[in-house]
Amino acid sequence: MMSLTAIVINLLVAVALVASVLKDRNKTALALKVAWNALKRLGPSVLVVIIIIGLFLGFIPEDWIAGIIGSRSGILGVLVSAFLGSILFIPAILAFPLGASLLESGASIMSVAAFITTLTMVGFVFIPVEIKELGKKFTVLRNGLSLIAALIVAVLMGLIL
Amino acid sequence: MNSASPAPNQDALQKKPWHKRIKWDWTLLAVLAPLTLVLSLVFQDQGRRAGKVTWEFFLEMLVIFPAVLIIMGLFAVWVSREKVVKYLGEGSGIRGLVLSMLLGALPTGPLYIAFPMGAMLLKKGARVANVMAFLSAWACIKIPQELMEFQFMGWKFALTRLSITIVLVGILCLIAEWIYNRIPEKADKSKSAGQT
Repeated sequence: MMSLTAIVINLLVAVALVASVLKDRNKTALALKVAWNALKRLGPSVLVVIIIIGLFLGFIPEDWIAGIIGSRSGILGVLVSAFLGSILFIPAILAFPLGASLLESGASIMSVAAFITTLTMVGFVFIPVEIKELGKKFTVLRNGLSLIAALIVAVLMGLIL
Repeated sequence: MNSASPAPNQDALQKKPWHKRIKWDWTLLAVLAPLTLVLSLVFQDQGRRAGKVTWEFFLEMLVIFPAVLIIMGLFAVWVSREKVVKYLGEGSGIRGLVLSMLLGALPTGPLYIAFPMGAMLLKKGARVANVMAFLSAWACIKIPQELMEFQFMGWKFALTRLSITIVLVGILCLIAEWIYNRIPEKADKSKSAGQT
C-alpha cells in the first residue's frame, strides 16, 4: 500500500525529526505538540473530505463530472473549476486528495490544475482580512493576478501533460 | 445576542464572522457520516464502491498525514516568523524574488496569518513584488502542502505544476508591482500611513 513517494517522504521527515532531536530535545517535543494540535484541528476536516470523496466517486455517475469539468468541456470546465476553487474554503493540504478524486472521476488535468491553484492562492473568504491588512489595491491585484496565474497554469498543464 | 450591547461588544461580534462561530468540520462530519451509511445501505452497489474509495483514500492519507503534521511542527519551532521577516526585506531583483518565495514556502499556517507579516514588510519598505511573491509562495508552494501533492497527484503532476507556478508567479508579481505603483492610493483608508 505504501507507494514509493510515501516512503521517500516519510524517510525525509524521519531524518529531519532525528536531526531535530539531536539538536534540541525540548524544541522537538514542542514541535510534536504543535503537530498534535494540528491533527486535532485538521482531523475532522480530513475525515469529512475523505467521506465526500467516497460519496463523490461512489454515487455520482462519472460522466456527470466528466461532462462538467472533463476534457470535452474545455475552457468552460476550467472556468467552473477556477470559480469553485476561489470560493471554497478548505484547508490547502486537502486540495490534493480532492484533486486526485476529481481526476479519478474523469475531470481533465486542466480543470484539476485550475481547481488546486485557485483553492490555494485565491481566497474570497479572506478578502476582508487581506484588505484590512494590506489595502484594497494590493488585495485586488494579488487575487486578480492569482486567478490569471491559475488559468495560465491550467492551460499549460493541459498542454504539457 | 444582547440587543442593548455596547459598541465594543458589537465590534467583537463583527470581528468574529458567523462562519467562524460554527464548528463546520464537526457539523459536516455528523451530517455526512450517517448520510453515507444510510445511502450505502439503500443503494448497495454504489455503497460498496463508495466504501472502497473511502477506505483507499483513508489508507493513502494514513501513510502521509503524520509526516505532514510533523514537518509542520518542526517548521513551527525551527523557523520563527521573526526570522522570516528579518530576511525577507533583503535582496533585490531576481534574487529578492527567489528569496521571498523560498521564505514563503517555509513556514506554516493558513494564508491569513501571512497578511500581517506582509503588511509589516510593506511598511518597512520591502518591494511590493517581493511581498506578493512571499504571499503567493505561502499560499501555493508551502512544503507540507507539497508533500500532499506528491503523494496524491504524483511526481509528474506536482513537479510540472510547481515549476510553471514558480516562474509565472515571479513574472506576475513584477507586473502587479508595476501596476501597483501606477495607481494612486485613494479611497484606501486602511493604510494611508506613509501616503499623501
